[in-house]
Amino acid sequence: MRFVDEYRDAGTARALSARIAELCEPGRAYAFMEVCGGHTHTIYKHGLEDHLPPAVSLVHGPGCPVCVIPMGRVDDAMHIARQDDVIMTSFGDMMRVPGSHGSFFDANAEGTDIRMVYSPLDSLKIARANPDRQVVFMAIGFETTTPSTALTVRRAAAEGLTNFSIFCNHITIVPALRAILDSPDVRIDGFVGPGHVSTVIGCRPYDFIPRDYGRPLVVSGFEPLDILQSIHKLLRQLRDRRCEVENQYTRVVAAEGNPVALAVIDEVLEPRPDFEWRGLGRIPWSAMRVRERYAAFDAERIFAPPGARVEDPKACQCGEVLTGVIKPWECKVFGTGCTPETPIGACMVSPEGACAAYYNFGRARHRATEPAKEMSRA
Amino acid sequence: MCLGIPGRIVATVDVAGLLMGTVDFDGLTREVCLAYLPDARVGEYVIVHVGFAISMVDEAEAHRTLEMLRSMGTSLEAEL
Repeated sequence: MRFVDEYRDAGTARALSARIAELCEPGRAYAFMEVCGGHTHTIYKHGLEDHLPPAVSLVHGPGCPVCVIPMGRVDDAMHIARQDDVIMTSFGDMMRVPGSHGSFFDANAEGTDIRMVYSPLDSLKIARANPDRQVVFMAIGFETTTPSTALTVRRAAAEGLTNFSIFCNHITIVPALRAILDSPDVRIDGFVGPGHVSTVIGCRPYDFIPRDYGRPLVVSGFEPLDILQSIHKLLRQLRDRRCEVENQYTRVVAAEGNPVALAVIDEVLEPRPDFEWRGLGRIPWSAMRVRERYAAFDAERIFAPPGARVEDPKACQCGEVLTGVIKPWECKVFGTGCTPETPIGACMVSPEGACAAYYNFGRARHRATEPAKEMSRA
Repeated sequence: MCLGIPGRIVATVDVAGLLMGTVDFDGLTREVCLAYLPDARVGEYVIVHVGFAISMVDEAEAHRTLEMLRSMGTSLEAEL
């Protein structure tokens, strides 16, 4: 595929790998956080850690929306889906995320009508075809996905649909990055920045990271060479004592983002004063809700879900994985009680969750490089 | 979740005021909403996420990044 295959060349990866090693100062260790779950997936799928010197380690960030959605919101969604005459629509990623009483898939098996959609606009087709039912779209995702929800709501309003609404769980990446940087445990030397979020918000919202926290950030594409080049750029900044926001993904990301998309988001949604993130706790102004003007399309106003807070299962250590305090394989239930087939925590659900990515792609390599640890856990 | 796939626009159509298009992903085509890229034209590449084109692919920049990457390999060979 064009604009994909050429960024996967193994020879160039080896050359980049050598360049990366040259930039490491002897005796110094570097930890870089890849913010986006899409990057985590690429890193494990292509074994990129094998291309990095031992001095460079990667910390997997919170950029997987289904991984950070708290169980209480899944329960609230289920509460809405179980109302009479409701059809809930959801992205496939969300279907297996466990709530306190099972996942959307489990609820479906019990007769609750939850349908998978590829695009939020598909929900409108379902609403048109079922005028006597209420169709509620389970809206999740970072700024990459938010414009599609916002436009769908605007479209529903323009068509005069009266049986469509959204359960809005859209979150924003910048407050989460700030929360991570404010955490006392943080030991991160720089960030591999989220490429597709940045197509919408641009590069400027990250300026506070070098300015206020003294860490560089490189907005990165998603192919193996993109990520290696971004790590190279981070190391070069550190070597040159520079600290700034750089854009590696210039073929796709414009500095100003997508102003048309930002305008539609702003028309339909507004920042929510407070939202709970799994693993990170409550973060002020870190999510979006439906504006008053579009209240008729807001499932929270229409169905008033209970909004209960639910503790994560005791055995689950997703929180520590999401903040980089432990690696996936250090979780007590990793690969035993918690697998992609029977996930306890959301990090094992999405292919972009650190645990699922590691479970599917990383285990063989890990066994080869750290046999003692693997055996001691067995 | 933020998966974005590059594809080439092969047709555009106005559906009751909404700019839609057909995008070709290496032989597989899909209907995609182009409302966020009002200037996109047939033949151009876009990044598609959940059925919405969110960004153009700048071919000149794509080429520049590749050249930069390849030059890193070349200079290594020269040293060896």
